[in-house]
Amino acid sequence: MLDFLLEPFALGFMRRALAGCLALSVAAPPLGVFLVLRRMSLMSDVLQHGVLPGIAVGAMFAGLSVWAMGLGGVVAGLVVAVLAGWLARRTGGREDSQLAGMYLLALAAGVALISAQHSIDLTHLLFGNVLAVDDAALLGMAGVATVTLPALALIWRPLVLESLDPGFMAATAGKGGLWHLIFLMLVVLCVVSGFVALGTLMSVGLMMLPAIAARHWSDSLAGQVRVAVLLACVSSVGGLILSYNLDIPAGPSIVLTAGGFWLVSLVTGPRGSLWRQAIPNA
Amino acid sequence: MIRFDNVELRHGERIVLRGLCGTIETGSLTALIGANGSGKTTLLRAIAGLHPVASGRIDRDGVAPADIALLAQGSHLDRSFPITCRDVVALAATRLGPFRSIGRDRMAAAKAALGRVGLAEMASRPIEALSAGQFQRVLFARTIVQDARLILLDEPFTAVDAATTRLLMSVIHEWHAQGRTVIAVLHDMDLVRRHFVHSLLLTGQSVVWDGLPGLQAA
Repeated sequence: MLDFLLEPFALGFMRRALAGCLALSVAAPPLGVFLVLRRMSLMSDVLQHGVLPGIAVGAMFAGLSVWAMGLGGVVAGLVVAVLAGWLARRTGGREDSQLAGMYLLALAAGVALISAQHSIDLTHLLFGNVLAVDDAALLGMAGVATVTLPALALIWRPLVLESLDPGFMAATAGKGGLWHLIFLMLVVLCVVSGFVALGTLMSVGLMMLPAIAARHWSDSLAGQVRVAVLLACVSSVGGLILSYNLDIPAGPSIVLTAGGFWLVSLVTGPRGSLWRQAIPNA
Repeated sequence: MIRFDNVELRHGERIVLRGLCGTIETGSLTALIGANGSGKTTLLRAIAGLHPVASGRIDRDGVAPADIALLAQGSHLDRSFPITCRDVVALAATRLGPFRSIGRDRMAAAKAALGRVGLAEMASRPIEALSAGQFQRVLFARTIVQDARLILLDEPFTAVDAATTRLLMSVIHEWHAQGRTVIAVLHDMDLVRRHFVHSLLLTGQSVVWDGLPGLQAA
């Protein structure tokens, strides 16, 4: 049993993956909590697909450089985020079908661009490859976490107000749009920084699943953030152990673990869970 | 004072209000009345600077946006948001920015405002636990801490019972006594007759000042 738990981390690349995933587990879930509260869960889907063509273009120009692919991903993510915001305004809030269109297009374009370059393994890019977590990838994850947390602390109050009551924010001459944009940039950074270890399709899982699960455990914002970070950290450790022992990619393994926590929370959590709805006064 | 100079307001191509002239004195208490769709909310938002004036001019006599509090109808506030009543009120007490803290005095002001609307014991409860009337009282408490010179209320008594209406009306009178300018969109004519000195009746595209039958002259 102890071997099952500890053996994976005897290896250098697993320790690097663990350090990177833990850094992301601290930084990404708070952003996920805000995405859930702002009813922007779909937006995270759009971003995770949207960064793929950018990563592919980065690889086209600079080969398998984490920095080049990361930069491409960040640029593509920001373009998609701004475009999605513009579509939302143009369609008066009925943007979900347009967003679905965008992410399908982005995924298809990304897969086509990557398949055209025979040096890249598409599965690794989409679902992660812990073997590829080199120093650059680890620095990327840790660096993004280091930037995200203080930035989020600085914009925390305006972001809370803008999420809670955008009309009030606009009426009191607050720069709602600015805080929203900074927030989206942080989301893009976190999605992109996780792509080497977790894959572009899975790195959003570490952001969203713990945040969705946390809603069932706390009725305060700070409480939800704490629960989400805790669940993400446990999912990262558990997911990497499963990934090593069962020989499955790290991305799906971590997301499956986080998904397990979400299902347990959905069924048994003290707030708004299925159990609570069935027996309200238990 | 707020001076209207031949104001025209539109929603897209549709003219909502045309040819509004006149003044609302500083420190006055004015009811804005009229049928649904007559442009009351649009006018209130235009006074707040949140709706463009198609032609003409609204002169707010130097009142800055930060000195205006607008309590919007059916506020867009997300009532499932995990936040306490006290925090909702305290967040309005400060011009928000990255480096400004809320501080003890702001928290005390938020608590006092909640006390004024009879919700002192609900301060640390999450807002999703509130009834419609209690929620409206939280919004009034938030308007209190905004400490604005010009207060704009859009149908503030919708979904509120008689006792709460009396309580909130006393808050409005207090604002009036403090010399603040209060403009409220209202439907209850009886309430307007009993409490409001001035009225502005919007009927389609024309405007009648103090046009409510039986309204006492200022």
